[in-house]
Amino acid sequence: MALSTATKPRPDDPAPAGTPGRRTRAGRRRHRAEGVAGYVFLSPWLIGLMAITAFPMLFSLYLSFTNYDVLSSWELVEWVGLDNYRRMFGEDPAFWHAVTVTLTYALIAVPLKLAAALGVALLLNRERRGVGLFRSLFYLPSLLGGSVALALVWRAMFGGDGAFNSFLGLFGIQGRAWVNDPSWALETLMVLAIWQFGAPMVIFLAGLKQVPTELYEAASVDGAGRVRQFWNVTLPMLSPVIFFNLVLETINGFQGFTSAYVISNGTGGPVYSTLLYTLHIYDQGFGEFRMGYASALSWVFLLAIAVITVIFFSTGRFWVHYSDGDD
Amino acid sequence: MAVQAVRATSATGRRWRGVVRVLALVGVLAFVLYPLLWMAGSSLKSPTEVVSNLSVIPEKVTWANYPDGWNYIRGLSFGRFFLNSTVIALATVVANALSCLVAAYAFARLRFRMRRLWFAVMIGTLLLPSHVLIVPQYVMFNYFRWVDTPLPLIVPKLLATEAFFVFLMVQFMRGIPRELDDAAKIDGCSPYGVFRHVILPLSRPALVTTAIFSFIWTWNDFFTQLVYLPSPTSYTVPIGLRLFIDSSGQTSLGPMFAMSVLSLLPVFVFFLAFQRMLVQGINTSGLKG
Repeated sequence: MALSTATKPRPDDPAPAGTPGRRTRAGRRRHRAEGVAGYVFLSPWLIGLMAITAFPMLFSLYLSFTNYDVLSSWELVEWVGLDNYRRMFGEDPAFWHAVTVTLTYALIAVPLKLAAALGVALLLNRERRGVGLFRSLFYLPSLLGGSVALALVWRAMFGGDGAFNSFLGLFGIQGRAWVNDPSWALETLMVLAIWQFGAPMVIFLAGLKQVPTELYEAASVDGAGRVRQFWNVTLPMLSPVIFFNLVLETINGFQGFTSAYVISNGTGGPVYSTLLYTLHIYDQGFGEFRMGYASALSWVFLLAIAVITVIFFSTGRFWVHYSDGDD
Repeated sequence: MAVQAVRATSATGRRWRGVVRVLALVGVLAFVLYPLLWMAGSSLKSPTEVVSNLSVIPEKVTWANYPDGWNYIRGLSFGRFFLNSTVIALATVVANALSCLVAAYAFARLRFRMRRLWFAVMIGTLLLPSHVLIVPQYVMFNYFRWVDTPLPLIVPKLLATEAFFVFLMVQFMRGIPRELDDAAKIDGCSPYGVFRHVILPLSRPALVTTAIFSFIWTWNDFFTQLVYLPSPTSYTVPIGLRLFIDSSGQTSLGPMFAMSVLSLLPVFVFFLAFQRMLVQGINTSGLKG
């Protein structure tokens, strides 16, 4: 699995720098040359890490304790201590809306999307003609779905006189303006997210191919039906892939922005119902020019994502099975 | 006898399951394709039938939505937006491919101090949302007077900040037999020579995958372009499309669908041309190793 092997030593890895090897002079020289070359090749990435990632992170930590607003000059920047954080938790009702909306969105859309992806992958996991075509077509929304164009289409489709209501009308159901209804706007965003189940589906399909058929044969000899086989063979064998998709899609879910921006015209409305956390950061930073406050929001976001990732990785030990046997 | 009976029922059972399977797949396919077909069909509908019309096929085909959409913003056509998007997307493709390949070579093949630490940091940045960094980066680029130019969108890519592609290429390079490196070294190649003569030519599939994904993601990107490109002449296609949000009247819906279709066309063409590679690309990055 990608995320686990990343930190695990691999058999084909070069030996760690300190391993005793053949300590000839030529060998040592080559070793040193390789160490230098390593940093030469790494340097663009390293500069990027420092200048584009690490420095801005520290800088935004500093900004989060100030009232910086981009517009006025640097001399007017004031250190305000914990005011931004105090305001966030105490006086900004939009913050709590953003947290609730984002958590609701991720907690509902991600599991449904993964369930759809796994379900369709199971349906497709047969050596038949046409599987490749289905797989490609199902993957198509993952490529297009994050675009402004699709968000506009969604807005029109789930509007008051949109196609979805015409569809409901066929069954005599009176629809509503889904995207303008505070209790339904977020659901339309979730449908858009679930619609893009193709990317995790492709990963599930590859994972299903890796499950040894002997396991199913053994299970069926032992009298396990299809349902038992799914729970006792497929799911455990697939758990590393499920874990990978879960982490990836959750992080993606927290980063939803485009659809919420387009459907609410950048407001997060109606009545905060689509105010994803990213939208709140954008609105505070680039709508209201409260860069200090937006930095504080960003840091809380970062910490929340770090905590969630740690929770995933620490609970993963209990339900993710690696068949290499070393876990 | 009994065994035969069991076999017979399981055969019909299997056939029924096959039918249910196909029906389910076709149902899912309808759900997946309908919004796309509806968008394409609606772009050819006249203002009177455009929104609430459930049908994918227009009653009467009108092409007028396309020129109307193209010139929707007074004094500024979508041609400009397409040009801006193309420049940014192509520059990003080149920048990502080069910088990520170089970084991946270091991680996958070279021994140097703190390699494991840097690799862990790189994986960490993979999970770092861009929204967290947007405010300080904006302040920084604003200080450089780079806002409203493509630079804030391109320069970071030259510095291999797209960790996903570094990771994808590391995974790919681990699949290149190490004996080839050793052979080149015996022939007197330095680490630079190995890169030039072994890794670079053999990494072409990973480079193509990176190029395709870079293009599509940059083409569809909205958030960073919205932040860094405030004035209409530097708008890209997604930012131009955003202008359709404000106008919800019947007359602007047709043009909106027309421009939506055009905006997705390059992605769709890439999809048709490289679909197999795209699907494999996800698998390489996600699973192998």
